[in-house]
Formats: sequence, C-alpha cells, structure tokens
Amino acid sequence: MFSKLILRLAALLLLVAALPAAAAVNVFASVPEWAALAREIGGDKVTVFSATNALQDPHRIEARPSLIARARSSQLVVATGAELEIGWLPVVLRESGNAAIQPGQPGYFEAASVVRMLEVPARVDRADGDVHASGNPHIQLDPRNVLKVADALAARLALVDPAGAVVYKANLARFAEKWKAAMARWEQAAAPLKGVPVWVQHRSFPYLADWLGLKELGALEPKAGVEPGSAHLAGILERQKATPAKMILRPAYTRPTASDWLGERAHIPVVVVPFTVGGSAEATDLFGLFDDTLRRLLAGLK
Amino acid sequence: MAFLRPAALCVALAAAFPAASFAASDADLKQLRDQLRELRDTYQQRIDALEQRLAAAEARSASASTAAVEAGTAASEAIRSVAEVRATADSVARRPASASAFNPAVSLIIDSKLTRFQRDPSAYRIDGFIPSGGEIGPPRKGFSLGESELAFSANVDHLFRGNARFALAEDGGAGVVEVEEVNVETLALPSGLKMKAGRFLSGVGYLNQQHPHEWDFSDAPLAYKAFFGYRLQNDGVQLRWVAPTELFLELGAEAANGGKFPGAERNANGAGLWTAFAHLGGDIGESSAWQVGVSHVRANPRTRGFEDGVDPATGAALQHSFSGSSQTWIADFVYKWAPSGNASDTHFKLQGEYLMRRETGELNYGGNGNDYAARFRQSGSYLQAVYQFMPHWRVGVRGDWLRSGTADLGGLDPAGLPILAGYNPTRQTAMVDWSPSEFSRLRLQLARDKSRDGEADNQIWLQYVMSLGAHGAHKF
Repeated sequence: MFSKLILRLAALLLLVAALPAAAAVNVFASVPEWAALAREIGGDKVTVFSATNALQDPHRIEARPSLIARARSSQLVVATGAELEIGWLPVVLRESGNAAIQPGQPGYFEAASVVRMLEVPARVDRADGDVHASGNPHIQLDPRNVLKVADALAARLALVDPAGAVVYKANLARFAEKWKAAMARWEQAAAPLKGVPVWVQHRSFPYLADWLGLKELGALEPKAGVEPGSAHLAGILERQKATPAKMILRPAYTRPTASDWLGERAHIPVVVVPFTVGGSAEATDLFGLFDDTLRRLLAGLK
Repeated sequence: MAFLRPAALCVALAAAFPAASFAASDADLKQLRDQLRELRDTYQQRIDALEQRLAAAEARSASASTAAVEAGTAASEAIRSVAEVRATADSVARRPASASAFNPAVSLIIDSKLTRFQRDPSAYRIDGFIPSGGEIGPPRKGFSLGESELAFSANVDHLFRGNARFALAEDGGAGVVEVEEVNVETLALPSGLKMKAGRFLSGVGYLNQQHPHEWDFSDAPLAYKAFFGYRLQNDGVQLRWVAPTELFLELGAEAANGGKFPGAERNANGAGLWTAFAHLGGDIGESSAWQVGVSHVRANPRTRGFEDGVDPATGAALQHSFSGSSQTWIADFVYKWAPSGNASDTHFKLQGEYLMRRETGELNYGGNGNDYAARFRQSGSYLQAVYQFMPHWRVGVRGDWLRSGTADLGGLDPAGLPILAGYNPTRQTAMVDWSPSEFSRLRLQLARDKSRDGEADNQIWLQYVMSLGAHGAHKF
C-alpha cells in the first residue's frame, strides 16, 4: 500500500515535470557576487539563485535539501572554484541528479579559472590550516577580476543558451563600459590608500590589496580558518608597535571578537568590509559593493 | 679485518649514491627550468602582442564612434585572448608532472576509544528482540582501536563514479578487512535520475547513510541496532529521482540481495530485499532547514537463525530460525538551525526517527522440526539534539526507546525463548565534543544503557575521530 502511494506520487510529479519549463535560464550561483554578475549579464533572460548570503562563511555551508532542489532544475552553476566550495558544492551537484551541471560540463563554470590566482601555496599541508591548493579563492574584490569573469560568464551563458547569445553580448558590452568607468572613478578615489599598511582578519583580501596597493602586514588568524588565541593577538600587538598598521580589515561574515580586541588596544579602526553583495546595506549590487568598500576604507584612513 | 671491508663498501656506496642522484636531478631541474623559461618567454611575447592589439582596439573604439560596436567586440576578443594565453601559461606552469594526477581521492578515518563499562560488553544483547547479528555491542573495556575507514573515490569516466570504503579492524588478534561500500553511481542519467549499483548503505531513514565518523554520538541508536544490526547495508541496485521542484523531493527504491538482517543468507536468484523511500526538505527563512522522510523495507528471510536458551540435556545453546516476511517502516525528521545560516559559530540540530517492524512466518524452535506460526510487531525510536554553543564546542543529548510489543509465538511456551520476554529497553546519552578543525574531533560521552533486562550499564566513552587526506563533503 505504502509503495503504491509512493509510485502514484512519482507518476504525478513526472507529469508536473513534463510540463514545459519556464523559458528563462536557471542560474545557480554559489556566492552572492556571482549571482549579481549573472543578473548583470543575463538580464531578464535568466533566473538567478544565490546559494549563500553575505553573512554566511562560504567555506562552511551545509548541503541543504533546498540547495539540491535548486541545483536539480538549474542549467548553469556559477561557482568560485579554487576549493572555496569544496565542503558542500560537490555533494549538492552529485545529489541533484542533474547531468548538465556536473564539473566538466558547459553547465558548470568556475570564476577562478579565468583569473590569475594569488597566494598559491608552495606546500599543501593541513597543519597550515584551511589552505587552498589552487590559490586564494577570494577573487571578487579586484574589479579587474570581475571584468574577466563577466567576459567568460557571457561566453558561457551563450554556450548554455545560444538563443540568448546576442542579448548576453549586448549586456556584457553595456556592463563592461559602465564597469570601466566605475573602475576609473574608484581608482582615482582610492589613490590615498596606496601603500597603506593593514592587518586582515582572514586572508580574504589579497586581490583587494593587489588592486589598491594596500600593504598587508599579516592576518589575525594564525592559520587560515583558525580563530586567533590571546597569545597570538598579543604578538600581533607587539608587531603593531614596531610596524604600525592604519586599520584592520574584516569580512562581514566573521566574528568581531579578535579584530575588535586588537583595534581597541592598538587604537586603529576596524573596517568591516561588505566582502560580497549584500554584506552591507549599501552593497546591493556589484557597483554598490565597491562603492561601499572604498567608502569604508577611506573613512578608516581618516 | 674481513668484516670491515663490507662495512667500508657500504659507507662508500652510501656516500656515492646520494651524490649521483643529486647530480642527475640537478641536470633534470636545469633542463626543466630552461624549458619553462622558454615557454614563459614565448607566452610573454604573445601576451605583449595581444595587449598591444587590445590597446589599439580600445583606441580605435574611442576615436571612431561609427565603428564602436566592432571595436568593442575586438577589444573583448582581445581581452579574452589575453586571458586565455595567461591561463595557458599558468596551466603550463601548474601542470602536474605525473600520471598520479588521476589517482582517486583517498581518505583515511582513524578512531580510537577509551571506555569504562559496568557490564561485560561481550555479553551485550537487546532484550525483547530477535538478535540482529550485527556488530551492535560496545567496544571492549579500556583502550580499544575502532575501525579505521579507508575510502577511495573518483570519476571512472564521463558516465560513472566509483566509491570504495573499507573498514580495517581487528578480530580476535587477527586483522580483518571489511568491505563497507563498493559501488558505482551514474553521473549522466537524464531527468534527475541516479543509479547506484554494488554494495552501499541503503537510502532509508536519515542516519542510515551516515558513516560512523559522521555520527553525533559514539554509537548508533538502539533502534538501528535492533532493527538493522546498526545499519542497513546491502548488495544491490538503487534508483533515485530528484523532483524538479523548489521544495526538495527525492524518491528512491532499492532491490538487494538481502543476505543480512532483517533478511537472511540465501542461495537464490533475484533480489531478497526491497526498499522504497521518500524525502522532502526545504528551508524556513535563512536560518532553518528541515528534512522529513518515510521509508519501507521488505524482506523474505528463509531460516534466519539465532541462538537463545540452553538445551537442558546437552547444555549447548539452542539454535532457532525464522522464515517468513519482514516489513519495516521508518519515519524520520531532522531540523537544523544556525543564525543567518552561518553554522561556524553556533548551530542547533534536532533529529529523530521512528521504526516499526512487523514479521509473520514460521518460527523453528531448537532446529528439530517444531515449527510455530509466529507474529511480531515491534517498534523503536530515538530523539537527539546537538547544540554548538561556541566555535568548536558542541553538547548533545539523546534518548532511545524500544518497545518489544506483541510477540505471538503460536502455541510455543514463551519461557523457551527468554530473549523474547516482553521488555522495553531504554538508553539515555549525553555528550560533549571539541573539534579544533573540520578534520578532528574529541568526544566524551556518558550513557545509561538499559538494553539488558535488569542490568543497567553506566558507560563512559572517550573517543577521537580524525580524518586524513581528501575528505569528501558530508551530506545534510
């Protein structure tokens, strides 16, 4: 009786599944920044779902049933790659039973594959904490990377949905033009940040530092992904006396304890960087993300 | 003097060989470096050329407003080419040197315990239930090494993925390798279908698919021990389908050999055990996620043997067997909460399962041809809550309840089967664990186990679980 019920339910759902799907391309983005970018490039031709929000640690997400359900009906997965999502995305993709979005298929896109990676470790050992063998995966805070990813993403969208290729190309051109203008504005505004020494909470900002010329003195975390202890923080405070940093950068999703402790004692501001779209009230899209990041960094400098 | 000569030779050899190998590797390295430099130079030239093209294209697009569209395309093409050349240059530098890049991902789980029990673990039984024959007892008293799990997995090709998991243990002083899972699953079936074939952990219930190192407590719930010999593992095929809906819905069915409890060893073609299961899940806001499921397991064991009681004449243990139909239903739920969905600081997990089994058939008593028409209806459940109150630290409690229910032995004197005397085993467990990283865990667990009628066992467990190597992501 029970098995029959399940079979009937299956038949009903198969009927529902056979109905013509909505015309828009379903894009499953692992993090909010790529969701925002997919919206810029895809426009109204895509329906974008972001698997995480700005207050979640992208390294530590659970393969929730809702994510598997979304992956099941997606035509394109946009991930960061470089093992950022290794703790959950592989399971979500495998469990989804969706052959089109498996790694290696056109429906699986990794942003890190088109940018130059920084901090590629010389040795890979878990004793060094949460290391990423292919390099630091937090590539989104360099707008030059965003442009490269946008370009590759438009090409990928055109591959997945050839009917929309013209639209993606036009949207990319419009976005690139706007983005380049914004970059010129940001770079001009950020001139005072060049060479400014900073501490970082987690190694989240090498790309931002590389773009703006910030001088990263070190991370509060003794090892990637390991919370700093008081002895380690005291050591940093000593180093702060010898080589003073101007501020501490912390992504919005991390715990404030360590950076607040150091900021208070070293009398330097803690700048909470939105880190991704949605990380602050102002960071509603990619432009807002960089506008707000720069505004906060410049405010920290004063 | 004679004995000195070989020694001197050894020293000479030892001195000579490292030098030789160093020399060789130096030459190799130099050659490699030269090749790499050459590559880099060529790519640098190409990058420069392309960047010039890009600059030219950009200039053109700025000056000629009429040709803006074409120039834009050229510019973006040039950008893409630059990116491609850079990527190629990078990948050339990064290319793995040997065929070992195709090796499967290897993961090793090591587990060790220190326990203190009041009762003898080797005499462990669950009163009121036909013994399930699995490894359901606690480990031995004092220090013990748990099973070390060695797992391999990799994509076989574009259609299949292979998984293998072996448990290395010790049985009576001899090392044994148990094949926990060896299966292939499909990667490219259409419309949300997935198939698995080989030996695997059944998809029924919630806890059944989790490996012991993923458990929140050091041992399995009593209900799983009594109904499945701690987990339902079978050789067979599994088909699963995920619905294309926003709400997660998964339906699955399995056909398996059924050689293990609740089935019995068999010598027959076809399948001896079938399952069907459905899971439904979703989110409530940003902070909560849930999943519920119902499952059904059906088996037709033939002469499923068990021991109970003693023959008064010979003093030997009596051997009985059951033949008939065995059906188990499972209802499971899990609820997880984390502030804004960020589980790294604090999170909470509540999970529970209810299992019910109905068996009807012939009970053969003492192996002497006395068959009795027997009917059993038994149930069990557990409920557990785990709370991470600060990073790395979790506390948890668990309650286990079994009901031996009704046992109709069809005229057989119940005194002949003491293990089936009506009894409702219970157990209460509390634990605290510390996980400095995702790969290590230390756990202290206290339990009061009343599996044996009239013999409460107060238990203390101290355990570590460590994951080495490529550690795959866990399921929800």
